[in-house]
Amino acid sequence: MSYILNNPGLVWQLTQEHMVMTAVTLAIAVVLALPVALLIHHVRWLTVPVMGTLSILYTVPSLALIILLVPFFGLNARSVIVAMVLYTQVILVRHISVGLDSIQPAILEAARGMGMNLWQRWWQVQVPLMLPIFLAGLRLSAVVAIAIATIGAKFGAGGLGTLLFDGIAQAGRYDKIWAGSLAVGSLALLVNTALLALEWAARRS
Amino acid sequence: MSKIEFERVSLRFPHSLHPAVDSCSFSVESGQFVVILGPSGCGKTTLLKMVNRLVDPTQGQIRLEGKDIHQFPVTALRQRIGYVIQQSGLFPHMTVAQNIAVVPRLLGWRKERIRARVDELLELVNLSPHEYRHRYPAQLSGGQQQRVGLARALAGDPGLLLMDEPFGAIDAITRSKLQEEILRLHRQLKKTILFVSHDVEEALRLADRILVMHKGQVVQFDTPFRLLTQPANPFVRELLGADDMVRQLSVLRVETAMAKIPHNHKIQEGAVVKPQESLRRALSVLLRTGAAALTVWEDGRAIGILTLDHIRDLAVLEATPAYEGSA
Ligand SMILES: Nc1ncnc2c1ncn2[C@@H]1O[C@H](COP(=O)(O)OP(=O)(O)OP(=O)(O)O)[C@@H](O)[C@H]1O
Ligand SMILES: [Mg+2]
Repeated sequence: MSYILNNPGLVWQLTQEHMVMTAVTLAIAVVLALPVALLIHHVRWLTVPVMGTLSILYTVPSLALIILLVPFFGLNARSVIVAMVLYTQVILVRHISVGLDSIQPAILEAARGMGMNLWQRWWQVQVPLMLPIFLAGLRLSAVVAIAIATIGAKFGAGGLGTLLFDGIAQAGRYDKIWAGSLAVGSLALLVNTALLALEWAARRS
Repeated sequence: MSKIEFERVSLRFPHSLHPAVDSCSFSVESGQFVVILGPSGCGKTTLLKMVNRLVDPTQGQIRLEGKDIHQFPVTALRQRIGYVIQQSGLFPHMTVAQNIAVVPRLLGWRKERIRARVDELLELVNLSPHEYRHRYPAQLSGGQQQRVGLARALAGDPGLLLMDEPFGAIDAITRSKLQEEILRLHRQLKKTILFVSHDVEEALRLADRILVMHKGQVVQFDTPFRLLTQPANPFVRELLGADDMVRQLSVLRVETAMAKIPHNHKIQEGAVVKPQESLRRALSVLLRTGAAALTVWEDGRAIGILTLDHIRDLAVLEATPAYEGSA
C-alpha cells in the first residue's frame, strides 16, 4: 500500500498500460467472436467442432500459449494480446450464441413478418434481446484478460505485472508484490462491478 | 381492402415426401373474412405464410390486387400486410407503444403522427392508452397481449390481415370476447382477413367464407351455411360436426341463413333480430313470438327475413348429405 502511495505516477502508468491491453483485447475479441457465433448459430453442426477447438485452446496454460506465439508476433504486447484474444473467444462465442438462441423464434418471425430487414432485425431485436447475456460474457472475458495481462510483463508488454515480476526478481521486495496484487485485484473488481451494473441495466429494460 | 388470388400454389419442403401445400387455387374478395380451417399439420400456417412471403411456394402464383406478390419488394409487401401470431410475438424489450409503433417507424412516419396512431389503436382494441402505453408485454395478460398484437398489426393501416390462431392459447371466455371484437373491427374497418383456426366453432362464428384444408389441399371453400348444408365430402361433414344441430344453430349467424325480403312482408313487433345474432337466438324469438317470419334489422332498416323453414332447411339438408357415396 505504501509503495502505491509513494509511487503514484508509476502505478498509474502501469495501470493504464494494463487497461489499454485489456481494452484492445476485448475490442478485437468481440469483433472476432461475433461472426463465429453467428456462423455456429446458423450452421448448427459447426457448434461442436468450433466450441471444442476453442475449449481446448482455453486449457493450454497461458504462459505456454504466449511463448508459442512469440516467434510469430515478437517479444511485446502483441503476442500477449493475441493470447488473450484466443482465451476469451470460448467465453464470448459461447455467450453470444446462447444469447442468440435465447430469442424465441416467434419473435424473430414477427419481426420478419412485419417487414424489418436483416439490419433492422439485428439492431432493433436481436442485439437488445441478447445484450444482458453478451454483457455477462464480456465481463467474464474482461476479468480473464486482466488476469492474463499480468503475465504480459514477462514478455515486455508492461502493465501491472511489472510490479509483481520486479518484486520477485529483486528478492524481498514484498512491497512491490503487494502493490501489484492489490492494483490488479482492484482493477478486476472495478471492471467487473461496472460491467455488472451495465448488465443489470440491460436486463431491466 | 385487398383481393388475394392463389393459382395452383404448391410448396414442398426440402426432404419431405408430401407437399405441405398442394396445388391450391382460390380467390378471396376484398373485405372478406376468410377462416382457414383444418386438422393439425394440414398446411394452414404454411398457406398463410406464403402470402407475406415468410415461405415461398415452389410452384404457382399468388396475386395481391392482381399483381404477383414477387413484384413487390419483400419488406414493402410485409409492411402493408398485418400479421398476428399465436402467443402474440410481441417484442419483450419494447413497451406496448413501441411495439405498436414498429411498422409506422419502418414506414418513416413523423413522431406526432405515430403517437396519435398508437393511442387511436389502443382505444380501438379497448385498452386505455393512458394505462397501457408504457407497459411491457410481460406486464400484460394473454388476452391483453393479443389485443396489442392486433393493434400492432393494424398500425400501418394494412388492407390485409393475416392471423395464425391468434386466440389459440387463450381461455374460452376471453377468447369469445376477442372473437366478438375481431368481428366488430372487421365490420368497422372492412379489412380483408385470412384467419387460421382449427376450432370449428370459431370458424363458423367468424367467417364469411371458410377454406377447408386437408393434407395440403383445399377441399371446400364456401360460406359456413353451405359447408354445413352441402359438405363436399365426408371429411368436411365430419370436420364440421354437421350432425350436431344445436351447436350449429348457436354458432351460425342469422345473416348466413336469411332470405330476401318479399314485397308483401309485414314487420311484426318484437319479431326482429340482428344479422349477427345466432340462429339459435332467432329460433327462440320465432317460438316465443309465434311470428311467421322474423325481420332481420340492421342500421335502422330491414335487410332480410328469416322463417322457421329457412332454419328447418338446414336440418333437412343435413339429414340428406349433398355428396355421393358412403360416409
Ligand atoms: N420449415 C419446415 N420444414 C419442413 N416441413 C415443414 C416446415 N414447416 C412445416 N412443415 C410441414 O408442413 C406440413 C404443414 O405444416 P403447417 O405448419 O402448415 O400445418 P398447420 O396446418 O398450420 O398445423 P397446426 O394446426 O398444427 O399449426 C406439416 O406436415 C409440417 O410438418
Ligand atoms: Mg399452424
